[in-house]
Amino acid sequence: MSKVEAAAAHPPGDRVACTTCYMCACRCGIKVHLKDGGIRYIEGNRDHPVNRGVLCAKGAAGIMQQYSPARLTKPLRRVGPRGSGEFREIEWDDALATATEWLDAIRRSDPRKLAFFTGRDQSQALTGWWASQFGTPNYAAHGGFCSVNMAAAGLYTVGGSFWEFGEPDWDHTRYFLLFGVAEDHDSNPIKIGLGKLRRRGVKIVSINPVRTGYSAIADEWLGIRPGTDGLLVFALIHELLRLERVDLAFLARYTDASWLVIRNPGKADDGLFARDAEGRALAWDTRRDAAVDAQAPDIAPRLAGEVMLPDGRRAVPALHLLAERCLDAQYAPDAVASRCGIAAETIRRIARELAAAAFEQEIALDIPWTDSAGRRHAKMIGRPVSMHAMRGISAHSNGFHTCRAIHVLQMLLGAIDTPGSWRYKSPYPRPVTPAMKPAGHAHQVAPGHAMSGPPLGFPLAPEDLLVDRDGAPRRIDKAFSWDAPLGLHGLMHMVIRNAWAGDPYPIDTLFLYMANMSWNSAMDPAETTHMLSDKVPSGDYKIPRIIYSDAFYSEMVAYADLVLPDTTYLERWDCISLLDRPIGSAEGPGDAIRQPVVQPDRDVRPFQDVLIDLGARLGLPGLVTAAGKPRYRDYADYIIRHERKPGIGLLAGWRGAAGEHVGIGAPNPLQLERYVANGCFWTHHLPADQLYFKYANRAYLENATHMGFLERARPIVLQIYPEVLQKFRLAALGHGSVQPPDHHRARIATYFDPLPIWYMPFEEAAIDRDAFPLHAVTQRPMPIYHSWGSQNAWLRQIYNQNRLYVHRRKAASLGLGDDDWVWVVSAHHRVKCQIRLVDGVNPDTVWTWNAIAKRAGAWNIAPDAPEARRAFLLNPVISELLPPGEREHHANADPVTGQAAWYDLRIRLEPASAGAVDDTAQRAPLRVPSSLPPAPLRLRYGAPFAPGERAP
Amino acid sequence: MTSLPAQASPKKLGLVIDLDICVGCHACAVACKEWNTGGGAGPLTDLMPYGAEPDGVWFNRIHAFELGEGEDGRTVYFPKSCLHCDDAPCVTVCPTGASFKREADGIVLVDEDLCIGCKLCSWACPYGAREYDDDAGVMRKCTLCVDRIYNETLDPADRVPACVSCCPVSARHFGDLADPASDVSAMVAERGGYDLMPELGCRPVNQYLPPQARRAAGAETCAASASETAPPDAGSKFLRWLDQMLSR
Repeated sequence: MSKVEAAAAHPPGDRVACTTCYMCACRCGIKVHLKDGGIRYIEGNRDHPVNRGVLCAKGAAGIMQQYSPARLTKPLRRVGPRGSGEFREIEWDDALATATEWLDAIRRSDPRKLAFFTGRDQSQALTGWWASQFGTPNYAAHGGFCSVNMAAAGLYTVGGSFWEFGEPDWDHTRYFLLFGVAEDHDSNPIKIGLGKLRRRGVKIVSINPVRTGYSAIADEWLGIRPGTDGLLVFALIHELLRLERVDLAFLARYTDASWLVIRNPGKADDGLFARDAEGRALAWDTRRDAAVDAQAPDIAPRLAGEVMLPDGRRAVPALHLLAERCLDAQYAPDAVASRCGIAAETIRRIARELAAAAFEQEIALDIPWTDSAGRRHAKMIGRPVSMHAMRGISAHSNGFHTCRAIHVLQMLLGAIDTPGSWRYKSPYPRPVTPAMKPAGHAHQVAPGHAMSGPPLGFPLAPEDLLVDRDGAPRRIDKAFSWDAPLGLHGLMHMVIRNAWAGDPYPIDTLFLYMANMSWNSAMDPAETTHMLSDKVPSGDYKIPRIIYSDAFYSEMVAYADLVLPDTTYLERWDCISLLDRPIGSAEGPGDAIRQPVVQPDRDVRPFQDVLIDLGARLGLPGLVTAAGKPRYRDYADYIIRHERKPGIGLLAGWRGAAGEHVGIGAPNPLQLERYVANGCFWTHHLPADQLYFKYANRAYLENATHMGFLERARPIVLQIYPEVLQKFRLAALGHGSVQPPDHHRARIATYFDPLPIWYMPFEEAAIDRDAFPLHAVTQRPMPIYHSWGSQNAWLRQIYNQNRLYVHRRKAASLGLGDDDWVWVVSAHHRVKCQIRLVDGVNPDTVWTWNAIAKRAGAWNIAPDAPEARRAFLLNPVISELLPPGEREHHANADPVTGQAAWYDLRIRLEPASAGAVDDTAQRAPLRVPSSLPPAPLRLRYGAPFAPGERAP
Repeated sequence: MTSLPAQASPKKLGLVIDLDICVGCHACAVACKEWNTGGGAGPLTDLMPYGAEPDGVWFNRIHAFELGEGEDGRTVYFPKSCLHCDDAPCVTVCPTGASFKREADGIVLVDEDLCIGCKLCSWACPYGAREYDDDAGVMRKCTLCVDRIYNETLDPADRVPACVSCCPVSARHFGDLADPASDVSAMVAERGGYDLMPELGCRPVNQYLPPQARRAAGAETCAASASETAPPDAGSKFLRWLDQMLSR
């Protein structure tokens, strides 16, 4: 019998430990099989609600993450200049004492001088709270360059969002539109869902400039021109309205379609909702012929036509305004077709298909339910059209409005949280809009004091902005200022530039976690590394101190003064909290933990433990007892015992002294044990009558209130017309006590339109489009989650170099052939790379994989590796600021949310001589710290596990 | 030279791979690598894993193709591993008996204790499905996870190849292709599963399900005609329609 046949008689490992994956952002459940203390293999957890047993390439490659030679081994103190990679190993006591000394001085003088930004952090329930305790508003994670447009548009429109807070009803949908989704976000859940749709024969339409991955298996690929998705959606809406194929009953009942918008041009109430004395929005009841509470259950509201209010003011229903806008001839399919690169006939057909699926294939589930007005429904009637959208919508400067337009399209079809449509992941929906406001006003920030609220929140009016009396931003990243009023996730991409420029003020310490800000998370890494190492005439750095925590020797480490080495995700406790971005599904809420499944073999500590320790050393109010002693032993202790409000902590499962409560309950000292026993996650299955119409489902709303997800069991009205936006616009037009500085007025007045708008992406509008005729976009390869994944010994064998993909006909017209070398030239900079000709791309667009390129010397990978010589980033040709012109000095970002607009890039191709990739940032190799082990020349991973072999 | 089993095996265990839904994510390739590198067929050696030319043993590799152009163009992902052929040329060419096809279930394996690393089998395999381990000096290949599928220490649900268990879109299926009543045989019958390069006469056991016809202009919709463009008064017409009695 051969060795492999004999192996079938043996158990593969001696122990199995469940935990949560962190090879990307999806939070799948994994089972780690261990043998002799080493990792035998990792597989998906079949019981887990996110991945249901499957696992992607990244997750399966976790073993090579755990044993990467790029893992940091000990705290480091910089000894050479920034960027030199010259460090001295220090002890943890020394590292923590140094950090404490630096941070304590800031806290006692001006807490805002700490900028704490945490990248792809999944512990924001801790890190955001820690920033508040420290007293700095200068905190955010990476959402500003990820998907804040989706989050903000969704939360201000429907109280949920694509991806994080919503998902298609994969089991019932009969028509699926996929907008701008690169091959991630999310990973396994979308793949599981797409597999179901294809097996059920459901039509999938993918709207994406690139025909790879998910688009490759779509029935119909619409290779749209980047940045024009909003126009396409407008045209679809135009057609549906023109054909009178919209769900008026849904609109009247569950949205603000009937709410009366005041028409009083030039006055302070223009464009606001007409309200009664109690502040309730009004609608016009055709039976009583009077303005009444728009949410009254027994009315027959007008949806069109101007009415005169009792006080003489004129008003129209919100839907009337939407219809006027969308029926304008400029949004007819024929008018948008050439700009989108999609035939008018195709747009008309898709509109008809959407209507046919929604209205002729409606789904009726035999589930009686009661709505929030007390009406009993015998069935749940669904409009089985679902949609999903992500980065291709989000990373444009018109992304907020485009995403809003998609949500409006869903509303017109009656396809929100109904059987077969897009659904909320519990604990969403939240009220539109949430009540939590960002803290950081002058009266909330004081030396030695905690801030009285969270650094991130939801502005509802200009008064909520974090600006000084003169309108200047109070945050270092200018989030929640007139630059980015709804910068809900902060603007991490602007922090280094602003700190370097001292704009709006200088800071002292930049404290980063898990964010490769000097490389693939920077626009223009060369410029960023210059700013990180630039000095004032006295010889001091412009950014005086940089503390960085990472598990690996990433490109960012070399620029830190103090390096706090983190563990891997398999070596620590962690918490996927309902206070952050949990693992809930449409079937019910859920949260999860990570547990240490292997012990660190290096002198490293979990960053979250370090933060708890640092907080206690600094004496931060929530982190010390009345006697000034550390309140929490470590992060695990914090997860169990910390309460945000009485009874509400980081985990919702097994609360109460004996684990008898869900949602709200006293801390349970054995809570983590209960999670571990349950596979490291908790879910609560909603009863059938709470699964849909959650925004107006009485049983659901009451249950969500009992669980602590909602303050009150009141219906959540979907907003075609978010009045909040009009409040900002009125301020720009000269109304109210908080108004933008003059140079912001026109911008705010234009882009805070409460109805969706489409405008040309800013970079495209500012440049000579003939000189830069092509769009350029990137996407992440499915097996790789940015640079943490592309250093992985197995995954880098799949992708270790990238080409620029160019449409065959376009290349021919430019005189370029397959494998030619080109300069990619933008208005900002240029990078040299090699092309590959393809058919499946919008002809006016080029694309490549992102985050494969590595700076020579980083990650303990050979300096002559293909990642440094034959891979390239597009980041160097993307500018943080808009090109010269009327918007010069503005961030290259969405004007509403501050979302980095890295898909707006326009370029031209110029022939180049053959050779290696060339960009400025790549010219100086990094030095590998002497503390890292030599990278192995050969891996025989797992050989000792084979039956009959002895343990290592 | 080595003989194939004298009689057709009663079982033909193999994979059915659905090219209609494979999104090219490489999950199967990596799951295969991690299971097998620590299993009986391992290690799946990697040479210069952090160097300029990383090169390792993989039993399963994914290829991407573009077919056709323009309206007819499509992108297809094609995972490829050993097809466990009935007439396996890699077996008959083996000088030592190291390569063999199991009588009971048709799985093609390499007994590494007998393998002399002559590479004749990799020359003989028309599919390029064999992987030479330069470090160990032996040939390696897909075992259909024989140490999983017969491993009674595993939960019965886990007794499938690692590539099948992990596949996020469920594009990979495992079963007995000699049994016409099996799920995999039914899939092959229903979807027109096919042999890869049948003209070579290897009679592969693994089957591929072809991509299905796409429905760009879905039959479920009424045809729209260009004449139905919006009349000049579309706005007012819609608003009149909207202005109807509508009670909640």
